Amino acid sequence: MAFEGDLNLEATELRLGLPGTADHDKSGVTKSNKRGLQQAQSSDHEESNIVSNDENKRDHQESTRPAKAQVVGWPPIRSYRKNCLQPKKAEPESAGVYIKVSMDGVPYLRKIDLKIYKGYPELLKDLEDMFKFKAGEYSEREGYNGSEFVPTYEDKDGDWMLVGDVPWNMFITSCKRLRIMKGSEL
Amino acid sequence: MSENNHLHHHHQNHCSPSPAETMSEDDEPGRPQPPDPGSKKTRNCAAVHPSPHPDRVLEIVLEHVLQFLTARRDRNAASLVCKSWYRTEALTRSHVFIGNCYSVSPSRVTARFPRVRSVAIKGRPRFADFNLMPLNWGAHFGPWVATMGKAYPWLERVYLKRMSLTDRDLCLLGDSFVGFKELELVCCDGFGTGGLAAIASKCSQLRVLDLSDTEVMNDGVDWISCFPEGETCLESLIFDYVECPINFEALESLVARSPALKKLRLNREVSLGQLYRLMVRAPQLTHLGTGAFGPSEAQGASDQEYDYASAFSACKSLVCLSGFREIVPEYLPAIYPVCANLVSLNLSHANINVEQLKPIICQCRKLQVLWVLDSVCDEGLKAVAAACPDLRELRVFPFDPQEDAEGPVSEVGLQAISEGCPKLESILYFCQRMTNAAVIAMSKNCPDLVVFRLCIMGRHQPDYVTREPMDEGFGAIVMNCKKLTRLATSGLMTDRAFAYIGKYGKLVRTLSVAFAGDSDTGLKYVLEGCHNLQKLEIRDSPFGDAALLSGLHHYYNMRFLWMSSCHLSRQGCREVARALPRLVVELLSYEGNEKMDDGAVDVLYMYRSLDGPRNDTSESVTIL
Repeated sequence: MAFEGDLNLEATELRLGLPGTADHDKSGVTKSNKRGLQQAQSSDHEESNIVSNDENKRDHQESTRPAKAQVVGWPPIRSYRKNCLQPKKAEPESAGVYIKVSMDGVPYLRKIDLKIYKGYPELLKDLEDMFKFKAGEYSEREGYNGSEFVPTYEDKDGDWMLVGDVPWNMFITSCKRLRIMKGSEL
Repeated sequence: MSENNHLHHHHQNHCSPSPAETMSEDDEPGRPQPPDPGSKKTRNCAAVHPSPHPDRVLEIVLEHVLQFLTARRDRNAASLVCKSWYRTEALTRSHVFIGNCYSVSPSRVTARFPRVRSVAIKGRPRFADFNLMPLNWGAHFGPWVATMGKAYPWLERVYLKRMSLTDRDLCLLGDSFVGFKELELVCCDGFGTGGLAAIASKCSQLRVLDLSDTEVMNDGVDWISCFPEGETCLESLIFDYVECPINFEALESLVARSPALKKLRLNREVSLGQLYRLMVRAPQLTHLGTGAFGPSEAQGASDQEYDYASAFSACKSLVCLSGFREIVPEYLPAIYPVCANLVSLNLSHANINVEQLKPIICQCRKLQVLWVLDSVCDEGLKAVAAACPDLRELRVFPFDPQEDAEGPVSEVGLQAISEGCPKLESILYFCQRMTNAAVIAMSKNCPDLVVFRLCIMGRHQPDYVTREPMDEGFGAIVMNCKKLTRLATSGLMTDRAFAYIGKYGKLVRTLSVAFAGDSDTGLKYVLEGCHNLQKLEIRDSPFGDAALLSGLHHYYNMRFLWMSSCHLSRQGCREVARALPRLVVELLSYEGNEKMDDGAVDVLYMYRSLDGPRNDTSESVTIL
């Protein structure tokens, strides 16, 4: 190789690759905190990182570069700049089911994600907290007993239904919006 | 060295020294006795008393004059004139800048400069930002705050860059400095929300809390609520990269009771609706960093759509705008009302295209600083060139920072900018392809360039058109840009490029080199030619011991030298350490490499120190 004469190979080692990749895992410079090396960046192909200097010189005029796996700290971008480019909302989990909730007599609406609840009791408890009311006892035969507030929802067909009648999974797919009605209207 | 309390007193335009002052350990022979203690005189005391020794008069005058000297280079020069000037300058210096925290010990600083009100300290070298430095390397604030806490009870301002602090350090800071006013932490780490809470609660005079680019661990402490009740003195609150949720109600209340607040930069946890609420409470803002710039789908969020444009309209003093995280571009028109007055615009987190950029940028006629993502493409940069003739600083960041990604910006964008923005002083440009011609054009069209940083992301990439090295381009930059002090290179570069840099880069203070050069000769050119070189950072370049040894004449004048993954050996580094006893020569090794004794050096980091090698090193550090 052209440059071997200039460089004292006994004293130095020709290495331009990922620090610590010669014999070890490339996790050499991984940090445990947020500023750490993005795991996605590290190469799985250690050999391609250990590129001796001479190979990369003008001998390779054209674009026949060695397979470029990502090198530590290159390009020189701070980690938060890489992190931030992934939108916060692009979570691997499926998107939430957001619906509007209104209550009679209250001038503003709320929005909730039905996906975060496991069932009706949780949903009702949250609605009660949000709007400061008590829903009463639910029974299949009589609906909500003991309160003038009744939770209802509009389903896909546009009909107003009583919350709790259908199985939960069916409910979250068919519910378009929620309305907490005041007893006097029923 | 004597601490002449006479000068303290005269500093306050008061000519009567107290009895304690007569006990100064002055080593000048032939000094007269000090005037009667207790007698109050005016400034003309020289005329009333038996005339003081001529040297004393000179010192008094000097002290008054030196108060006007603020630039540290001027002060450093003044301190070298003679002992008397050295003393007087030391006593009148109120701001101390420490470029390398390990170059001097805290006690030496406090001993020399007793009346300091403001301190700036820089720690790790820049390459640490890119994971090139082993964990826990150092740069701890602890020893500094401990020493300064005792020596400078009246300290008002601390600026730290790339240092590590603990919660305890921040507590101590709050406890030690009663009138503390300004805390600026840039690229720092090591502490959490608990530390912030300490600052908020203890520093009742706090005007500035700036956490730019600083990592804060989320300990769950609601630090925003820890500011004292009632009106605050806050002028600047910057936490845009603090990745912790914050108590919005507390923030809103804080903003509402901070009438002096001019700079507010929010983190991305703050929604657009919340931003609106803050803006209507603080129309006096001059600098605003938005949080998320789009509607939030968070549970329970109000469905209301605010008139965001009116909020921006109301901020008539807004000159600096940033943030735009998680942007929904449809909301961008809200900022139209402020564009005409904007001096600085940071869209570098906004993945917008040229069509989304154009309507904004063409209204920003006064713009001087612009940061964007390369998603705006060459066309977007052309629009910038057409709209912003006053542009001084441009930074183009890559949306996809990988070597072989698509490159939306190229030499075309650079050329356009050089033609439209002749006043350009600073540029940072990430791209996948570049030509010498465009770089040469910029060197000629933008003679005021002080900072030129080009990052061609593909390593060893030649000129895209001619396939030649980028030597001529960088050569033109150092030749034609006579004010250039900072240069970062990339792409295929031979020793010739370094010959140019050494020959013409006489004012260059900071040089950043990566994957470049052919042989030791390249580095030799730089070390022999660049007389003003202060900071040299090199990675993955074929420079070895011979090159290292060619810089012995210069290393004491530098803030640091960093060389990683080059061709250095322990032997060579040891020779340097032997030749220059006051140089601290650190060899850093990456995890797993500490025990390797093959003589190869992972990282060489060296700097001059007045107080010898540090004693807080970890296993990965060897000091020769």
